[in-house]
Amino acid sequence: MTAQLSVEDFSLVFRTRHGTVRALEDVSLSVERGEIVGVVGESGSGKSVLAYAVMGLQDAAARVQGGRIRFAGLDMLTASEGALAGVRGRELAMIFQSPRTALNPIRKVGRQIEDILRQHANLPGRDLRDQAIAALARVRIPDPQRRYEAYPFELSGGMCQRVMIAMALACSPFLLIADEPTTGLDVTTQAVIMDLIRDMSREARMSTLLITHDLGLAGEYCDRIAVMHAGHVVEIAPAAELLSRPAHPYTQQLLAATPTPRSTVEGLVSIPGQLPDLRHDLPPCRFSARCARHSPICDEKPLPWTSLTPTHSVRCRVPLWG
Amino acid sequence: MDIADPNPFGALPGTAVGVTLLEAQALSMRYKVAGGGMLHAVDSVDLTIGSGECVGLVGESGCGKSTLVRLLARLADPTSGRILLDGQDIAAVSQARFAGMPQRARIQVVFQDPSESLNPAFRVFQSIADPLRRLLGLKDQTKLIERVRRAAELVGLPPELIERYPHQLSGGQRARVGIARAIAPEPSLLILDEPTSALDVSVQAVILRLLADLQARLGMSYLFVSHDLNVVRLLCSRIVVMYLGRVVEMAPAEALFTGARHPYTQALLGAIPDPAKRGEIRSRLDGSPRSPIDPDPNACRFHGRCPKGTERCATEMPRLTPAGQGHVVACHFA
Repeated sequence: MTAQLSVEDFSLVFRTRHGTVRALEDVSLSVERGEIVGVVGESGSGKSVLAYAVMGLQDAAARVQGGRIRFAGLDMLTASEGALAGVRGRELAMIFQSPRTALNPIRKVGRQIEDILRQHANLPGRDLRDQAIAALARVRIPDPQRRYEAYPFELSGGMCQRVMIAMALACSPFLLIADEPTTGLDVTTQAVIMDLIRDMSREARMSTLLITHDLGLAGEYCDRIAVMHAGHVVEIAPAAELLSRPAHPYTQQLLAATPTPRSTVEGLVSIPGQLPDLRHDLPPCRFSARCARHSPICDEKPLPWTSLTPTHSVRCRVPLWG
Repeated sequence: MDIADPNPFGALPGTAVGVTLLEAQALSMRYKVAGGGMLHAVDSVDLTIGSGECVGLVGESGCGKSTLVRLLARLADPTSGRILLDGQDIAAVSQARFAGMPQRARIQVVFQDPSESLNPAFRVFQSIADPLRRLLGLKDQTKLIERVRRAAELVGLPPELIERYPHQLSGGQRARVGIARAIAPEPSLLILDEPTSALDVSVQAVILRLLADLQARLGMSYLFVSHDLNVVRLLCSRIVVMYLGRVVEMAPAEALFTGARHPYTQALLGAIPDPAKRGEIRSRLDGSPRSPIDPDPNACRFHGRCPKGTERCATEMPRLTPAGQGHVVACHFA
């Protein structure tokens, strides 16, 4: 299999008035064709920064410090703005958090899908409307002809998210980046949206990078999961294995903190301490201050990746197994 | 204010065990909407909360959970119905007058997002002291400091944070302040409106443990509102499910999770992400709820979205009927 997306040793900082924030350090992960890879972590772990970096959408304060991001043969970090613009929306699409704010409030949703098609699909003008309606139908929006005419405020949150997905999928992208696509939606709507993303990945062999804070959700829908903590990817493994045999202490604690249908309130683990301040000098392992397994060897640089199995890697000197 | 008979209608279905603290009877809230019609936000809800009991309230956005919370907390005046607190009808007085009554201190609310619900210009001390001053009329500075310190201690807030402003606190610390100010007046009922939805899981775990611990130590009743069923089941012994303004099912937590009878509750439970059900094709609840504006009084609110719906559901509104120990359900087919 060839990786549709590969991120290698990617580091990124933000220059701010209050110092340099080392938001991502030596981040590596890949997404194969048709694969759904989850990126899981708490707020501030760098999940969204990574998603935006993959899209080539960086804040003006961001500076890439090293590493590579390759998407379908294109080097995303050195490509011209023109080349990136040609890829975005067509081969590379993104679903943003809070669909209601990401959609244009004063333009009919059907028109917004047409805008994407006009930009990228090279269709004759008279076909645009039919294609936009087909895109709405593909995400199972009931009565797509009528919804074409709707403004975002006339649609529920779940419907708006489907419109966002319809826009993202309109040009049959190779890679979909979904940044917390169901946050703020009801569980019943979340299930429908996630089923849709999964089915689209399967049907069109589309790759998906799913950014989420919900380990249960990632566990149900992803093929592989990468766990992030304070700008590091600390563990990456097939979803079922990550949940059943975590190797990084942080992954284990995150799992123990997540309520499941089987947990009890006494059994819920709270992770001691907080994310470190990314502006300060940081130890090689950014979890070390919160980790019960911390030992002097953890402070030796650099922090290596350990391959426990061909598909399960962990960035820890003293993993729970292996 | 009239002193009502503590239990004029006899035991309602789904009644709490033990001593009843709060009881809502046929509680309704309707709003006039532009263009005519009435929006039925809460429609004839009967609900009891026992003394020291923790009741969970779940349902989708727009089902009337938040309106019900506002009614029970007496932050809004119901269109009709009664709210009995220890047998006294507190819905008989207007919300504005209730604000000045001693019972005001007995029902307190922990609001959803502590970053939004704390006054940004108040130090932690003022935030916690404010309800003590206003509701209990506590003016003595030494006593006030003592009570604030005690509340902060109960929620595990370090004393050095008491002089800080909300923006100087972490999300978890802000959540603790929100809880401290709600429990400071020693309420009998604490209403928790999505208390952890803005928090990361590691912080959520701490706050849930704190809430369980506080309830055990102080013996308060909780009404715990959440969209996360996995969180609700951790704390609550009884769960109320709402759909479009009406209670559709009420049951002890275990009975609800293992043997939900209402198709809506079943769909809600089936939608919880579960890695154990990877790749399974599950039936999903599609579409959106019907309009809450002038709903057909003779049709089940879930009709049209319900996988089991028949002709009868369109012409006969199902009533809450017993379905086992402390279990009631409003469905013709349950």
